[in-house]
Amino acid sequence: MTGRILLSLVLLALAGPAWAAAPDTCRVAEPQIERDFALPQVTRAIAAKQLDILVVGAGSSSLPGPNGVKDAYPARLQSALAELLPGVTVRVTTDVKPRRTATQMVKSLIPALAAAKPALMVWQTGTVDAMQSIDTDQFKAALDHGISVARRAGADVVLINAQYSPRTESMIALAAYAEIMRWVALQQEVPVFDRFSIMKLWADLGTFDLYSATKKLDIAAQVHDCIGYLLADLVIESAKPEEPHAEGGRQE
Amino acid sequence: MASVPSERDLRLDLFRGIALWLIFLDHIPSNAVSWITIRNYGFSDATEIFVFISGYTAAFVYGRAMREHGFIVASARVLKRAWQIYVAHVFLFAIYLAEIAYVAQSFDNPLYTEEMGVLDFLKNPDVTIFQALILKFKPVNMDVLPLYIVLLLWFPPMLWLLLRVPSFALVGSAVLYALTWWFDWSIPAYPNGTWVFNPFAWQLLFVFGAWCALGGAQRLARWVNSPVVIGLAAVYLLFAFFIAMTWYFPRLAPLVPHFVSDAIYPIDKPNLDVLRIVHFLSLAVITIWFVPRNWPALKSSVFWPAIVCGQHSLETFCLGVFLAFAGHFVFTEVSNRLLTQVIVSVAGIAIMVGVAALVSWYKRIERQGPGPRPPSTKPGYAGGDA
Repeated sequence: MTGRILLSLVLLALAGPAWAAAPDTCRVAEPQIERDFALPQVTRAIAAKQLDILVVGAGSSSLPGPNGVKDAYPARLQSALAELLPGVTVRVTTDVKPRRTATQMVKSLIPALAAAKPALMVWQTGTVDAMQSIDTDQFKAALDHGISVARRAGADVVLINAQYSPRTESMIALAAYAEIMRWVALQQEVPVFDRFSIMKLWADLGTFDLYSATKKLDIAAQVHDCIGYLLADLVIESAKPEEPHAEGGRQE
Repeated sequence: MASVPSERDLRLDLFRGIALWLIFLDHIPSNAVSWITIRNYGFSDATEIFVFISGYTAAFVYGRAMREHGFIVASARVLKRAWQIYVAHVFLFAIYLAEIAYVAQSFDNPLYTEEMGVLDFLKNPDVTIFQALILKFKPVNMDVLPLYIVLLLWFPPMLWLLLRVPSFALVGSAVLYALTWWFDWSIPAYPNGTWVFNPFAWQLLFVFGAWCALGGAQRLARWVNSPVVIGLAAVYLLFAFFIAMTWYFPRLAPLVPHFVSDAIYPIDKPNLDVLRIVHFLSLAVITIWFVPRNWPALKSSVFWPAIVCGQHSLETFCLGVFLAFAGHFVFTEVSNRLLTQVIVSVAGIAIMVGVAALVSWYKRIERQGPGPRPPSTKPGYAGGDA
């Protein structure tokens, strides 16, 4: 009995501080989320009660179907943040078009940032680059460039890596691109939302059947819902003003 | 002319066999068993072992042929080997196409609309298949054989040079490696990018292996056995191990000073990063220290499964690529539970050993039987290929 209580205490301690919002199904992946770097612009925006976020992404930031926009993770991120940050007006806009490499996304970044004036740019990229085996130096340069463009426009950046897609795993070599993203993020002090590992954990634990050959949207919508919640957790954790991170967040 | 040692070093077959197993395990996507492979614990992986030992054995087998039968005969045999590997590669590509076509037909999950775009190349098979035949289009995990083909095509003149002025050949290889880094030389791939294993860079390890086979190993022996070198190798392996741990436990990442991470990343696999070479060399130094050439256990039955795989590396390698496809297929179609992953991994290695033993038997009866005899390479123990 004592052992069990101790165990649950340990588990609670491991679960970390602020993971209240995510539905139970998502929660198994919470330990994957760590506060790496601060998001000073987001901290300021939350303090000012107005948080604008721009999601830049390719096909895996959207879902097909009539409810696609509502169910995809950008919209889920908005509602999760609104729930977690009472009193703060949260507005998530998107620049999402399928089949875009990082380089192609960077091209539309300046007008998109100018239109949205976000405190945070969430940037999902890498899948299409891996599918087209874009030169890795070019991918790295695009990431660096995109991050500096966002910072010049006064926005923090969170990167999102590729989805875990078990069926196409033997056809898309994601590893090199994930590696480069992690390295750029470390250098530029940008948090990475490790979507790949999170989805892999869900698949391993049986939370979601990602092997399923279903054409239905229900699992896809749940996955995006969870991604939205966990992403909101990452944003809020990274933007917490207390316990300033040793490395600090670079603004320019 | 450099001498060619007379007896095959069983350690080479042993470690090439193990490398082939590790490559197989690494090539099954999402395979939990691949946690045991060396790429998770340092910078280099089984590819370095495979390329180095392939260079070593190529020099061992064709070096003797070149000394005994001359440049033309040895070159012809090297090129025949390259052709065999090319045929094997095209065969594997056909199997890959079959798998892809099946997935394209059966899978339409809305979560993965973007990822399914990778199957679009099926819409213009004329271009894709042609590009595959000229080795520009290479599916994931099918990059080692094209590298091997290029290394062999270029091997006859290199071997000629290695037999005459080995040090000059090795320095030339290192200069080519350096120039490749300096000028960004590479071979273009289809539809974008470059070869996953840049032959201009990876040739260094192949030539180094060949150089070791032709007397270099003896020259290095004094260094390799020195306590200072062994100590440095051990320290470097520990350093690489710690860095590798930061990939899996991001909490450790802040412990790596900025100047260190700026210096080491990105660790360039296509161009065979120096960090990878040093890691491989350190592994080799430690391994040689633990496993001497005349270690009696090498002839025991415990190591026979790995040795027989290493001796028939082309067959085992191709089978491994095929089995990795098949394993992934089992994961997607049957089950991806941990138990299945362990069964698939163990069964795959068992099949590799079984087929290697069969190939070994075949080659033995072909040597004994009547009719035209294939040229014997006078292997030291139970046969073995370059």
